[in-house]
Amino acid sequence: MKNRRGWFSVPYVIWMALFVVIPILIMVVYAFTTADPITGETELTVGNFTGMGLYLSVFGRSFWLALLATAVCLLIGYPVAYWMAKEGPGFQRIAMALIMLPMWMNFLLRTYSWMSILENNGLLNQLFQNIGVIDLYNSIAPFFVDLRNVFAEHFGGVTTNFVPIDHFQLIGTPGAVVLGMVYNYLPFMIMPIYSVIIKLDNSLVEAARDLGADTAGVFRKVIFPLSLSGILSGVTMVFVPSVSTFAISRLLGGGTQMMLGDLIEAQFLGGAYNPHLGAAIAMVMMVVVVVCMVVMNHFGEGEEQAVML
Amino acid sequence: MSKELIRLTDLVMAFDGEVILDHMNLYINDHEFLTLLGPSGCGKTTTLRIIGGFQTPTSGDVFFDGVRINDVPPHQRKVNTVFQKYALFPHLNVFENVAFGLRISKAYSEEQIRGKVTEMLELVGLRGFGDRSISALSGGQQQRVAIARAVVNQPRVLLLDEPLGALDLRLRKDMQNELKRIQQQLGITFIYVTHDQEEALSMSDTVVVMDKGVIQQIGTPEDIYNEPKNAFVADFIGESNIIDGVMVEDKVVKLYGRKFPCLDGGFAPNEPVDVVIRPEDIDIVPQDQGQITGVVTDVTFKGVHYDTIVDFDGFKWLIQTTDYSPVGAHIGIKIDPDGIHVMKKSQYSGMFGDYSSYSEEYEELDTVDGEDGEDGSREGGHEE
Repeated sequence: MKNRRGWFSVPYVIWMALFVVIPILIMVVYAFTTADPITGETELTVGNFTGMGLYLSVFGRSFWLALLATAVCLLIGYPVAYWMAKEGPGFQRIAMALIMLPMWMNFLLRTYSWMSILENNGLLNQLFQNIGVIDLYNSIAPFFVDLRNVFAEHFGGVTTNFVPIDHFQLIGTPGAVVLGMVYNYLPFMIMPIYSVIIKLDNSLVEAARDLGADTAGVFRKVIFPLSLSGILSGVTMVFVPSVSTFAISRLLGGGTQMMLGDLIEAQFLGGAYNPHLGAAIAMVMMVVVVVCMVVMNHFGEGEEQAVML
Repeated sequence: MSKELIRLTDLVMAFDGEVILDHMNLYINDHEFLTLLGPSGCGKTTTLRIIGGFQTPTSGDVFFDGVRINDVPPHQRKVNTVFQKYALFPHLNVFENVAFGLRISKAYSEEQIRGKVTEMLELVGLRGFGDRSISALSGGQQQRVAIARAVVNQPRVLLLDEPLGALDLRLRKDMQNELKRIQQQLGITFIYVTHDQEEALSMSDTVVVMDKGVIQQIGTPEDIYNEPKNAFVADFIGESNIIDGVMVEDKVVKLYGRKFPCLDGGFAPNEPVDVVIRPEDIDIVPQDQGQITGVVTDVTFKGVHYDTIVDFDGFKWLIQTTDYSPVGAHIGIKIDPDGIHVMKKSQYSGMFGDYSSYSEEYEELDTVDGEDGEDGSREGGHEE
């Protein structure tokens, strides 16, 4: 009786099997094998994993930048979502459109646009040049360089000569990569938080006020705890694509900010061709991400349970 | 015996030109159990929300203990509310829900909070439920938590917005007694909003009957039931037959051309009036002994009595009696003088037809008024 319409799910199950389960199995098989470059013979090995220590810095950078981007998204996204939910329906429609609008543009196009903004002779640097910010920097900075040199002479250290700049280094910095992530993934933070807050029963807010809570108290004791589930899904939806991105880090990182995505891509398409190593790195990344998510969700539930108990 | 605690003066509430409360004046005594009774959209919930501070009246003043509190926000008022759908915090357990107000006030130590919450849970019969999560409670238990959460803050006044609406009949009866007990035990003022007349009559010290934003009658439950001021009150409170009559002279009223003795007076000679006769005040007698005679058209067994519909030359009356009369029987009826209530004609005259006794009729009234939308959607759902 309860599964009478169960066959409706068959296409989905087949789809999942073909495009989710089987690829993961292939990845696992690749990760634990290696192929002889000449004979093409494959053999079982864990060598793909043991050699991974080489890439520790890439792992570290990936998780660190993704974490930064997630934190910035949360800090911007939560207030925006809260504010949107408190405004009238007309405002909500417009705000929603504004947030979703960039998503209609191609992802690469958006990121290329940021490149042309952040480049050394890009829009931003041209603007700085034209309004005199760079000249201002060149006139002020020597003073600080001199100051540092004085310290260096007294306490020991390297003295440097001031070299005037003709642009700020924006592209190719970790900041540019984080900016790209925040710009691209911010809607994924706003939306789940917004939808949780908008569904929040207003009588709970009234009840809290009735029991003596002022506006800050209502937020701290009721709205924030009840929007935690939205925060968790927002964090997941920003963190996972951020940690595995390769386009953003390549285009805005200028080749200096290699992340896991770039590393993996290089094993399949790039000069470092080694699908077995690529699969192994992808697998480690997946496991780390899954562990992070499980721990975080558990923490979220634990939070609720801790209060309940 | 008791002094005045809350006074509403000339209260007007209007949304987009639609008047919800129309120049309402009401005072509420300390330690009183007062019920605002009326159909959906009559303004009773709005009145409660104004006292609670959740709505600001368009004009008029709210006084609490002699002080004007129009501009005092809800969290600074010495009233607490039990919300219609309880509005318990789903992320907190029973204990923390009850402790919410105490923690906010920061005036109590952890030990004091523990003591007070435990005491309150005991008062509402939920001892040992502190660790339960809200979702694990039944409707009745959630109701009790909502009451405990409100009264633990020792409010001067407890506002209750249809608190029993979502409970089944049996539970509702239990909770009615429970609420009355809690009110007497705590000795605080209860302002109770309901559209259920039975609830109002069985619990209240004072009942305020409202319709269309206007107070129709204020009185004790007995007054309201026995001496309704107009056809609306008569129809809304209990079941009644409302008949056009003419007051021939003091203590004599004419119905269908026949004179009946009654106890009312003070009307002009031959003044047209509304006459209310409660279905249980009518006796069925053999045809030759009746004051008037008619034919039984419908009989429904109701447990304690039969609902008997009798046709008097096209006018149908509801009679509640323990004597069974079969459909088609020709019967006579007798009404004692104290069973006839004579009222001045009002805007409600003629609204309820010649037999306003079917329970469906009350629902019709409800849906018509529910269109006001003030709280119609919430109240519409739980008619029997």
